[in-house]
Parts: sequence; C-alpha cells; structure tokens
Amino acid sequence: MTLKFGRRAVMAAAAAMSLVGPAFAGGHQVVESIHFLIPGGAGGGWDGTARGTGEALTGAGLVGSASYENMSGGGGGKAIGYLIENAESNHGTLMVNSTPIVIRSLTGVFPYNFRDLTLVSGTIGDYAAVVVSKDSPLNSMNDLLDAYRADPRGTAVGGGSVPGGMDHLVAAMVMQAAGEDPTGLKYIPYDAGGDAMAALLSGEIQALSTGFSEAVALADAGEVKILGVTADERVAAYADAATMKEQGIDTSFVNWRGFFAAPGLPADKLAAYQDAIAKMYDTPEWEAVRARNGWVNIHNSGDDFAKFLEAQEQVIGDLMRKLGFL
Amino acid sequence: MIEGLLIGLETAFSLQNLLMVIGGCLIGTFIGMLPGLGPMSIIAIMIPVAITLGDPAAALILLAGVYYGAIFGGSTSSILLNAPGVAGTVATSFDGYPMARAGMAGKALTIAAISSFAGGTVGAILLMVFAPALSSVALLFHSAEYFALMVVGLSAIAAFAGTGQVAKALLMTILGLIMATVGEGALFNMPRFTMGLMDLQSGFSFITLAMAIFALPEALFLVMNPARSAQGDSGKIENLRISKKEARAIAPVIGRQSIQGFFIGVLPGAGATIASFLGYAVERNLASEEERKEFGHGSIKGLSAPETANNAACTGSFVPLLTLGIPGSGTTAILLGALIALNVNPGPRLMVDEPQIFWAVIISMYIGNLILLILNLPLIPYIAKILAIPRNYLIPFILFFTMMGSYIGQNNATELLILVGFGICATVLRFADYPLAPLLIGFILGRMLEDNFSRSMQLYDGVAFVLERPMTLGLLVLAGLLVIVPSYRARRAKARAAGVADGD
Repeated sequence: MTLKFGRRAVMAAAAAMSLVGPAFAGGHQVVESIHFLIPGGAGGGWDGTARGTGEALTGAGLVGSASYENMSGGGGGKAIGYLIENAESNHGTLMVNSTPIVIRSLTGVFPYNFRDLTLVSGTIGDYAAVVVSKDSPLNSMNDLLDAYRADPRGTAVGGGSVPGGMDHLVAAMVMQAAGEDPTGLKYIPYDAGGDAMAALLSGEIQALSTGFSEAVALADAGEVKILGVTADERVAAYADAATMKEQGIDTSFVNWRGFFAAPGLPADKLAAYQDAIAKMYDTPEWEAVRARNGWVNIHNSGDDFAKFLEAQEQVIGDLMRKLGFL
Repeated sequence: MIEGLLIGLETAFSLQNLLMVIGGCLIGTFIGMLPGLGPMSIIAIMIPVAITLGDPAAALILLAGVYYGAIFGGSTSSILLNAPGVAGTVATSFDGYPMARAGMAGKALTIAAISSFAGGTVGAILLMVFAPALSSVALLFHSAEYFALMVVGLSAIAAFAGTGQVAKALLMTILGLIMATVGEGALFNMPRFTMGLMDLQSGFSFITLAMAIFALPEALFLVMNPARSAQGDSGKIENLRISKKEARAIAPVIGRQSIQGFFIGVLPGAGATIASFLGYAVERNLASEEERKEFGHGSIKGLSAPETANNAACTGSFVPLLTLGIPGSGTTAILLGALIALNVNPGPRLMVDEPQIFWAVIISMYIGNLILLILNLPLIPYIAKILAIPRNYLIPFILFFTMMGSYIGQNNATELLILVGFGICATVLRFADYPLAPLLIGFILGRMLEDNFSRSMQLYDGVAFVLERPMTLGLLVLAGLLVIVPSYRARRAKARAAGVADGD
C-alpha cells in the first residue's frame, strides 16, 4: 500500500518536473535554439542564471529550445578555453559569466580575458552592500569609519570571497573612496556568504561586505542593518538602505552577470541573440524568473557591454595594484 | 508551543503533504543510492518541482523528505559497495562494508535504518524543544572554536589505527592534509600546487577521492582475486533480525550519538561529517577491550554510531537554518535558496510570523523518519540482493557507478583520470596494509582546519586566540586527551601482558 502511494508520488513529481521544461511556443520566435555553457557545477550562481534565462526565453517563445552543459574546472577557465579553442563549432553556444571573469583575467589566473570572446549582453546584476548585525551600535557608514579610525586592527570586515575577490574589493573600494588607505583594512575571508553571516552575528567580524539581494533578505528577516549600498540611487527593493554616495563616499559597483559567445561569431547570429535577450525583458515569464531569484535588470548590449567591462576592468585593476594583488 | 504543534500537525497531516513526504523520501532514497549524487545535487534537481508547488510548507516538506531519503540512500551504497557518495557516510563504510562482506548485508542495512530513524527522531524532538534557545549557542562558536573542533575531529584518527598501525595512520592523515592544500584555498588568491594544470585549480573533488580510495580498490581487488569473485556472497542475506543482545549493545550508542550528533549539527560549519567521525571515535573509546577489536572489522556499534550521528546532525543543521537563516552546510544553503524563492525569510521571526511553516517542517521530520523506516525495512532483502549478483557481473556495475559518480557532478572528464590514478595508488597502499580512511578524513578536514586557523590568526594577529578563548583551549585539551588516553591504555595493557608491574 505504502509502496503504491510512493510510486504515485514519484510519478506526480516526475510529471511536475517535465512541466518546467517545455516551451509554449508563440509565433514570435527569434532564435531556434541556444546551447548554454555553464563554467561551474550544478546549483551555483552561473547555473541558476543560465537555466533561469533559458527557462524565460523558451517559456516566452523567443527561443525554440534550450540545452545546458555544465563544464567546471579552473574556476571557470576551462569553459572559456573550450569556447575559444572550439569557436567554429560553437556558434550556437552562449556562455554565462560574471564579474570574476574580469578579476581573474587581471590576476592572470585565466590566460584569456573578455576581449577574446564575442560580447553578447550583460543581463542582470546585483549591487554590493556593507551590513552590520542588528544589535551593532553602528548605524551608518560614518559610524563604521569612525570605529575603524579609532581601532583599525579591531574592526574586521568579512566577506564570502578570497582576498582580492569581489567582496574584498568592494570593501577596499569603499575605504578608498572614504579617504582611508585600503591596504590597512582587516579583511577576513569566508567560504561562502552563509559562513560570513554567521561570523557577523557571532561578533567575530564587525561588518560584512556582501551582495545587496542577500543583504535585503537578511534585513527583511530583521537580522542585519544595511549601512550602505553601492548603487547610484536608492534601490526600490529596499529603499531604506542609503547609498554610499549620499553618505559622501563616492563609489559605485555592480556585480553583473551576462552572456558571451565564441570569437568570430557571424554578425547576424549575434544580432539575433541580442534581439532575443532584449525582447525577453518585457515578458511575464522573465519577470517571474527574475522576481523568484531577486535579480536586478541591468541590460548592457554589445558595445555598451564592452564599455562597461573596460571601465570595470580599469577600476578593479587600479585597486588591485594598490592592494598589491597585481 | 502546544498551539504551534497543533498547527504543524494539521498542516503536515494533510493528504497532499503526506504524499510529499512519501514521494520525497522515495526519490531521495533511490537517487541517493547512486554514488556521486548526494543530497545537495538531488535537492538542487528537485527545487524547480518544489517551487511549482507554490505552497512553501509543502515544498519544504518535500525537500526535507528528499534530504533524509538521500542520506539514507547514501549509507546503502557505503555498506553494500564501499562507495560513500557523501562525506557524512564515509564513516558508515568502515564497519558497514566489512559486515556486508561477511554476509551480514541485511543486518547491516537494518541497523543503519534503525539508527538513522532513532537519530533523526531524537534530533527532531531536540529541535522542537531547544531550537529557540540553541540559536544563541551556535553563535558562541567563532573561527577559533571551529579550528579546535577540527583538531578534535582529526584526533579521532587515533580511533582508526589498529594496533601497531599508529605511524601508518598518521602518515596517511598527513598525506590527506597535504592533498587538501592543492588548489585555490578560500584564503589565498592564487592557486597552490596545481603544477599549472587548470583542472586542479579548484582542488581535488571529494567524490572523486572517495571513489578512488574506497570503491575502486575494492573492484580491483575482486578482479585480482578470481576465486572470490566466482560467486556472490549470498547465503545469509535473509538474516535481518537483530538479536536481543545486539539490540542491547547498540541502544546506548544510539542514545549517546543522537544527542551528540544533534548538537554538533547545530553548529554551522561543523555538520554531519564531523558528527559521524566524532561519533565513531567516541564510541570506540568507550567500548570495552573486546569490542574495540571489532571496530573496523564489522562492529555493529561502529556502524550504528556514525549512522545515528549523521542523521541527528542533519536535523540539527535545521536549527541555524530556521532560526537564524544561516545555512550550516551546502545542502542547507540550497534549501535556504529555495525558501527565499518561495518568499519565506528564515530567521528569528519565522516562528512568530509563519508558525505553520516552522512546525509543519518539524512534524514532517517525524513523519519522514517513520516513513523511511517503514519503506526501507521491507525493501532491505531486495536491496541487499545486489550482493547476491555474481561478482563478475557486479564488478562492471561498481566500476560504472564509481566513474559516473565522479563525472556527473562536475561534467569534467579529467576527474576520470584523477579517479583512476588515485585508484591505482590506493590499491597499492592497501596491499602495503596502509589504512586509507585517515587519508580521506585528513583531506575532508584539512581545508576547514586551515581556513579556520588562518582566520583566527588574522583576527587575533597571531596565535593568541588559543589562550584568549577558553572554549578553544578546552577543545584542544580534549583533542590531546583523545589521542593520549587510548595510547596510554594500550601501552599499559601491553606492559601488563608482558608481565611488567605498573604500580596497581
């Protein structure tokens, strides 16, 4: 009896699972199919971005079908190398990537950089934020800076990335814009955002540099106060959070995610991909995926994307040289 | 609390949610049996299904069912094939596999099922009673304490070394620690010891190493020993029953480990793996002289301890997840992502704002555990039949699943080369009678040990944290005792056997 029940449940679950995939094709298909290359394993941020985008594109009928391939190795470097070395046979492939491609190309971890690929578009992004625990006496960036000036060694800032990684660079960028020496900051790295969060609540670190969407979730749960966000203007998702700029710290930062194609991609194909992605933003399917994941639409297509990346490379490169990572 | 409990009962006992638990447990068990697919990947696969359900309570109940099922399924492959797919079930294979080899596969699976059930259920009761209070305890642990806890975990290695094997075990541990340094650490920006190979940049993968160390040499041994591989180990598989004497032996183990495992699981950053190793080590130290000799050769206590502890720890890891919104493990991190996608914000206010979710999850843990037991006990004879398959058919099957296991998570073919390379090295080491478990433990704990140590060094500008934090010092002393006491006892016993008076 129990076994029968179970089998039915499995079948129901399997049926539900198959409902997620298929396309309800409309008459406005732009691209026949896209193969998404994901430079990391299942379940990560890149994986979620590629699968979410594919789900919205096929769901809205803009793309006939989407397939996915996880190719991890070398922190993403293997997939980049693969796409460049097999460019001819990969005109149907889009690779997802994000800010680390800039950072890791600068450090030389990757032998390639974004200029070796065809830039399709930046699709979503997340601002960065500095947060403190809800019981902290610090209430603004100025409070934090005062505490730091009073006791630099005792004011540790944590984050979920390696030193020289994104969370560290954001914290250093903020310190620099506030007129402090970014190399004096005590940055404590954690494996992941969750571990860093636990350290913040336990009082091991005094402040945390993290992604804004993660910070909003924690602030909504009443666990943290957001001292500053690296957006140019206040973000609607959590309008209580003051920007760095309005607190006199002239800096902004976006951790973007976007799509790249093989070098030498024919112009008409590139235009079709960019068109499909541009049209995606107006569909309810994308809105559902975006809201589910708490992403912020930050759309940069083609040349805009290149300019954006070059500007980011410049800022990050200068900072990393200053911090001694280059 | 009673009111909350009633809300939870009402939610969890709806027909839909009961089906969710049952479905989740079944899916989890069957997929979890495949090495390489741990709870983390199975939950990641199931998240779209859970989200389509729309109802957060039902979704979380489904995912919790999958979680338990996957952990139980993982023990099955550890016991039957010596192929632990998850770090938390490595310790299960130490005694589970020897039991299966000795024709007691059915009994081993039964003990695993009962221990898991007890660990999970006691864990759920503790979760219900202590969750609010424990959230603050979890925060007492800083990096310094986690470092000390990892040292305690490493000292457990003394428990895996047989007589005269201490030096070999130590050597293997150090090898494991060395292997853990390959790749980009969390604390350094640059890759270490990768010899310029991009595939080593993120270090060796746990699953590949586990398969190479445990499963592959097993298959190779069978190939090299044709006499043994001619027929299956059938015979006594039907023997599922646990005698009264055995039940009395494992009852106190289950009691102790369900509590110890739960509390270790509560600490974000410790989790089921540490809980199972420590559980194994503690029970070995507590066991009588006679029983200690059986550890590693099919001791029922040695099987029951890690199985109880890892399930209790899984339940414990829900404490920081639900009350603080902090994931204590990769799996709970994925669950957290699912919760947020369902518009549930875990944190201190969850219990107040949405009690039906909080309590429904706890109640479904009881149901999930019960259903796992009901489903699995009658299925055990069939599952155990895997071993009745003649060896020459089983070997390709083991080889296929080990290879698939190491490939599937990362889709990286280089893993296969690493797997075979280490598999051959491990086989050679086994011929030379080196214990391989310490290598894997060193590897698993090495990264965490190093990260927490260097974080503490950075925070305190040196090693001052050892003296400044009393809990760290206490744990380090405990680790020292765990190593010294058993070897002192062994030496005294040896001296007494040699007829030398030692004062008493």
